[in-house]
Amino acid sequence: MAMKMRTKTANGETEIMVLIDHPMETGQRVDPKTKEKIPPHFIQKLTFSLNGKEVAVADLGVAVSKDPLVKVKVKGAKPGDKVRVTWSDNEGDTGEKEIVIN
Amino acid sequence: MNRHRRSLLKGALAAALAGIAATLGLTTPRRAVAAEWPRDAYAAKTVDDALKNLYGTSTVVASPEVKIRAPLQAENGAVVPVSVSSNLPDVQAISILVEKNAAPLAAHISLGNGAVPYFSANIKMGSTSDVHFIVKAGGKLYSAKQNIKVTIGGCGG
Repeated sequence: MAMKMRTKTANGETEIMVLIDHPMETGQRVDPKTKEKIPPHFIQKLTFSLNGKEVAVADLGVAVSKDPLVKVKVKGAKPGDKVRVTWSDNEGDTGEKEIVIN
Repeated sequence: MNRHRRSLLKGALAAALAGIAATLGLTTPRRAVAAEWPRDAYAAKTVDDALKNLYGTSTVVASPEVKIRAPLQAENGAVVPVSVSSNLPDVQAISILVEKNAAPLAAHISLGNGAVPYFSANIKMGSTSDVHFIVKAGGKLYSAKQNIKVTIGGCGG
């Protein structure tokens, strides 16, 4: 599933924005055709690393919106530093993306 | 292959790999930030129970140092952008809980060294509700809350 990432640095703090295409199904929705419940399918873990060092780990639940947009901030990052975000969901699907700070 | 079998296979493979990694000593015993997804906290039906599951206590101190950016009113409960930040020293974790959602805990983040005390996410709200923002700093829990009015609920469908 597609991922978009962007960073923005100001006053020694770098904001990391990540947008992931993901249904984030709650498990409560009913398929209008089959009348059956759509099983939950949602991202559980979102890990942020700076130059290979883990700086933050988010645990998400079904109440995070479809196609989650999550932002965190790190201190002391410099141009050329690598930011990596990895995710995994309740069905074992995973994704990751790495970008270099400008 | 059907979906269920696929996820079973993936789970088995992941478990096997984790086992191998553990045997080889590749996994560190304690990581800077939390490891297991907090299943019980996400299943909890009240804010207090979710906090007890997550932090071992539901004792929180309301603090102006927990700073919120959230709308007073959300037209669409399916996408409510909220942010929380804090000037408190030694912030270790931040949680966002929607009181009236069937399961209040929406999102939680563990922050390691190098992270700024800040967390922002888009969340779903089933109806108008108080939203609680919890910051764990120096081993204590601090909170702030805001009522967000929802015109169209964003859970179920």
